[in-house]
Amino acid sequence: MDKLSQAQSELREMDALAASDSPVHRLHPLCKLLVTVCYIVTVVSFPKYDFTGLVVMVLYPILLFQAADIPVSTCFYKLRVVLPLVCAVGLVNPFLDPTPWMQLGNLTVTGGVVSMVTLMMKGIFSLMASFLLIATTPMDSLCAALRKLHVPSILTTLLLLTYRYIGVMLEQVSVMTEAYKLRAPGQKGIHISAWGSFLGQLLLRSMDRAQELYDSMLLRGFQGEFFYADVPPCKASGIVYTLVCVLAFAVARLVPVTSLLGNLFVG
Amino acid sequence: MIQFQNVSFSYDSAQSVVENLSFTIGKGETVGLIGANGAGKSTIMKLLLGLIQGQGEITVDGLPLNKQNIPAIRQKIGFVLQDSDNQMFMPTVYEDMIFGPRNYGLSKEETERRVDDVLNRLGLSELKHRYNHKISGGEKRMAAIATILAMEPEMILMDEPSTALDPVNRRTVINTIRQLPQTKLIASHDLDMILDTCQRVILLSHGNIVADGDAEAILRDKALLEANRMELPFCLQGYPH
Ligand SMILES: Nc1ncnc2c1ncn2[C@@H]1O[C@H](COP(=O)(O)OP(=O)(O)O)[C@@H](O)[C@H]1O
Ligand SMILES: [Mg+2]
Repeated sequence: MDKLSQAQSELREMDALAASDSPVHRLHPLCKLLVTVCYIVTVVSFPKYDFTGLVVMVLYPILLFQAADIPVSTCFYKLRVVLPLVCAVGLVNPFLDPTPWMQLGNLTVTGGVVSMVTLMMKGIFSLMASFLLIATTPMDSLCAALRKLHVPSILTTLLLLTYRYIGVMLEQVSVMTEAYKLRAPGQKGIHISAWGSFLGQLLLRSMDRAQELYDSMLLRGFQGEFFYADVPPCKASGIVYTLVCVLAFAVARLVPVTSLLGNLFVG
Repeated sequence: MIQFQNVSFSYDSAQSVVENLSFTIGKGETVGLIGANGAGKSTIMKLLLGLIQGQGEITVDGLPLNKQNIPAIRQKIGFVLQDSDNQMFMPTVYEDMIFGPRNYGLSKEETERRVDDVLNRLGLSELKHRYNHKISGGEKRMAAIATILAMEPEMILMDEPSTALDPVNRRTVINTIRQLPQTKLIASHDLDMILDTCQRVILLSHGNIVADGDAEAILRDKALLEANRMELPFCLQGYPH
């Protein structure tokens, strides 16, 4: 399978992943959304040198991966394109901040290195949490949850349509590259001379398809408001989950858990 | 009832795709819309659905097609698109099938009943929870037809419904069309299918009606068909009349 049809099928796999079943999948989408937002806010709010405090936050994604029965490798595989970008953000820090932070044998760790690692962890943790949300909640339920929060329907519809249209566009790219490759055997990628017309065609075709998709929605009574899958009322389990998570995040953020544990063992 | 009165349309002002078209389709009729590629079959269907606007007057059940009536008219008509990929946009067949009925405010139970009923009728129960991207082109076409039937429209438009179907599915579609009591307009150049399903045929060429009348008479007219870039239906080719 070439890269593009792979990207396309991966997007679809996310749909399938979200539609599978586990205790996490069964949680109320609104609870998951709230917890995810809380998690990201907490993670991001750690001070830039608080590497040790932040480490504890890894527990949430790890536990959730277990409970949702999703291999962590799947997450990293799917995020392989964005992860390096997120990590690259902190790369200049070691040069900007050379103050010594701690001593590991002969090695001096500077403040810049610590803040770089902290920043990378923040990025990776936030990505993992978002991934978990999307991998355990179908896009429709997520939008339905947003609607319950009184997010305007124009935004949720936009979100849902964008999500669908990315698929349409990828599909179009893969059809066109296939057609191109069949007529340019032995050539790697698309020759630069064809980029212009390729992109132009891609845009036109995707727009045509998007238009027709939209028409077909209109013809079936779509009136700007998606009829989302029914969101059942929030069960006690959802409320408990939300409360426990939010409480745990608050503790992790406000109490220096790692150093306390450290003191416990080291004395 | 569907009525076109002097309808003209062009995508760009240079050349009109449909010219001064007039015809009437009565309640319960099954009409085949035939013509070579580019004759204007799809365009006529889009005009009827108000997806594109031309000159002239179109009425559906006495309602003139205008901005105000479009929602009501669209609710009466089910349209099976030429390209099923553009019709099936939800993750699963089931979600696509409930999209229309739920939009029109049907209850969950009623929707569920319709979905199961249609899938049973078409022998597709197995497809219900399959992912749209994991079924074949032919299966997707069948599923697309199912989504429209689940809406139980008063009229059905089908744009080349038999393309991409294997013989068994093609036969199923033909039998289904024959059993549906609704008014039907079927665009196709599968003339054998048209012969099997339609009593009346409208033959188009370059957006003009060349012939309109009894299906058998037109589909047996070798000279007329060949003059318009078509051939006799296969089942008639061996027996000259
Ligand atoms: N979106 C469009 N823009 C411009 N021309 C179009 C468009 N769609 C169709 N046409 C032209 O209109 C004519 C009729 O097309 P269509 O109704 O799709 O034919 P059919 O369905 O009978 O094959 C063709 O000549 C085609 O080139
Ligand atoms: Mg057509």
